[in-house]
Amino acid sequence: MAAKKAAKKKTIEKAETAGVADAPPIEMVKLKVDGVEVEVPKMSRDWEGNLRPTTMLEACQIAGREVPHYCYHKNLPVAGNCRMCLVEFGMPMMGPDRKPVLNEDGSVKVAPMRLPYDPSLPRGAIACATPIAPGMEIYPGSDATRQMREGVLESLLINHPLDCPICDQAGECKLQEYSIEHGQAESRFVEPKVHKPKAQEIGPRILLDAERCVLCTRCVRFTRDIAGDDALGIVNRGSYNTIATFPGQPFDNNYTLNTVDLCPVGALTSKDFRFQMRVWFLKETKSICTSCGTGCNILVGSREEKIRRFEPRENDAVNATWMCDSGRLNYKWIHREDRLTRVTGKRFTERNQLGAWPLALKEISEILRDAEKGSVAIIGSARLTNEELYLLKKLADRTGALTDSVANLGEGDDFLVSDDKNPNSNGCRLTKFCNTELGIHTTKIAEGIRANKIKTLLVFGEDVTKAGISTDLLDQLTHLIVSDVLPNDTTQRADYLLPGCAVVEKRGSMINVKGRLQKFMKAVEAPGDARAEWEILREIVREVEGRVGFETIEGLFNQMAGEVVPFDGLEWASIGDTGVEVEI
Amino acid sequence: MIVDRKELNFWERTYAPALLGGLKVTLRHFIDHVTGRKKVTQQYPEEPTVVPEGYRGAPYLVKDTDGNTKCVSCQLCEFVCPPKAIKITPPGPDGKPADRANAEKMPEEFEINMLRCIFCGFCQEVCPEEAIFLQNDFSLTGLSRAEMIYDKEKLLSLGGVNKSPIKKWEHKKKEAEAQDSFPVKA
Repeated sequence: MAAKKAAKKKTIEKAETAGVADAPPIEMVKLKVDGVEVEVPKMSRDWEGNLRPTTMLEACQIAGREVPHYCYHKNLPVAGNCRMCLVEFGMPMMGPDRKPVLNEDGSVKVAPMRLPYDPSLPRGAIACATPIAPGMEIYPGSDATRQMREGVLESLLINHPLDCPICDQAGECKLQEYSIEHGQAESRFVEPKVHKPKAQEIGPRILLDAERCVLCTRCVRFTRDIAGDDALGIVNRGSYNTIATFPGQPFDNNYTLNTVDLCPVGALTSKDFRFQMRVWFLKETKSICTSCGTGCNILVGSREEKIRRFEPRENDAVNATWMCDSGRLNYKWIHREDRLTRVTGKRFTERNQLGAWPLALKEISEILRDAEKGSVAIIGSARLTNEELYLLKKLADRTGALTDSVANLGEGDDFLVSDDKNPNSNGCRLTKFCNTELGIHTTKIAEGIRANKIKTLLVFGEDVTKAGISTDLLDQLTHLIVSDVLPNDTTQRADYLLPGCAVVEKRGSMINVKGRLQKFMKAVEAPGDARAEWEILREIVREVEGRVGFETIEGLFNQMAGEVVPFDGLEWASIGDTGVEVEI
Repeated sequence: MIVDRKELNFWERTYAPALLGGLKVTLRHFIDHVTGRKKVTQQYPEEPTVVPEGYRGAPYLVKDTDGNTKCVSCQLCEFVCPPKAIKITPPGPDGKPADRANAEKMPEEFEINMLRCIFCGFCQEVCPEEAIFLQNDFSLTGLSRAEMIYDKEKLLSLGGVNKSPIKKWEHKKKEAEAQDSFPVKA
């Protein structure tokens, strides 16, 4: 218990010193939002992390009053062009003697801002780009603010085609939401709408419907300032304003699909998700992307046990609000026709499927229990979860097995894509399933098989024929026990082939390249008889050791946290949606 | 409001006038039927029933006067359907092109399970395209459950043509064609 407390304290201290260590504390400023006094920091951080005066929009957010906006995004530079966040506000009055004017009761008099040429009319300011001042009053709920919003929305809808029934954004469209919340019920415009090109392919993964665009330029700023590919811009004038690429140059970088998330309306839509499913049917599950070691936080959109899309989920410690296109579209293999869905192998046929799982698990457990020390080797993928690697390590300790994983290096970039293509290499290291370097024991295992010392090989989630253990060596084994998701050369030779799960079909935790421990939830059911690897291993460990001490993934994680040093003091529930740092 | 109970006289307290009044009605109907002056039994199903206007029978898909499928697969009816009788398969990115090119979208499959349908009319009410209407059919039969799931083709052939003069997609197309001098075409 004491050790746990000490560990917790250590992580908190680490978090505190990790930030700006010697920065002076930020001064607080008092102001009023709709009559309620709030204290907000005088300075806050902009999209690049630099200090700049807090804006009225942020002050309203702190006060719990949401200000509608299109062009403002907390991770993008401020443009201030949509005018949707206009609010009425007042400043403390200053007399000619530069002293504050006081009310009769002694408080500072606040004057609502008025138009200089017509003082009977209130003057609004865009909340996203107006810095706060001490004593100011912001009125996001006033009549004048409401009228400003109505006016802005009316202007934005002048040329909007209102084709929501065929628009993929419908259901998550800010134009729809704000129209209902702040807009007018009827249009006063009788003139014909300006029509612009629809469903243009501006890139290999992006379609542009220029009519729907509200010209907020979020996409332009994202691709210029975040993705570093200045590919988009606005051409033409007035009502003909439209987003465009350079002639003949497609909008094609590895981050283009983020503009689809950013687009508050249906102007930029994903070609992959086009007309797939209306968004209100999608069940959203918190998960992480496992296409590389970065471990971007994602939301899995699924309906009727089918994955429809991946979307980034906000986590400032990992991916902010972005993810790469390659990771986002890497979900189709989950529903491949040739997924392994049955327990197969030399002893199991299509006919004796009834009871195949218990029989296979029992026989595997017997093999492992009766195995001579050192006659077993285990190769587990670095795509497995911490929990699964921990259970494999447990089996390895019991049987004195050599363990290893397979390194999978590729090309990364300087933004989100990591050059480590395994999502959980650090999990392999921390659970001591692997050494600091992945794949250095594989040759030893191959030699062991060749020398007939290793007779049983457990393979979880890797095609070992591509990692230095040839098919001849596999044929030499007495027992080859394999669990995988898709068929490959190793699964074909398995004596016991146990169908496993994709990440979206199970729960678990992984550690990204920077040492962030993150958990993911189950989005869809696994096809056929496939089972989560940790459940398979739980049954084997139960048979081999006599007891396991947990039933659920929560119990498994908590047990692991007690045994694996870097996880000390952690619990499944305390990881949270955005994960925690662990020492790697 | 309080209504005072009427005091009954002796004659009324014998129940005889009420009883005789009832018997008079019975006798009148008896004579009407025996002499064939009046008929209330309808020989259904040999004699077809005419349903009143505004009747809520089975929902069917309709086509416009040019023979185009009006449904654009927005799936609002599927969403609003209380017994979940409607199942729509959207076309996806590579689906068959829509009948009206600028409507972009048309359902790949549209199924209504008539065993589930409760004829509530929400689908008709929610439809932004006026593509589904509750029509006059009330007696649907089939030899199997599968037969009672009506697919797109069947729904369209049963639904017929909707004679509404409003054609918003055609209007949009004409409006866009009239402005063919759009400055820069990407």
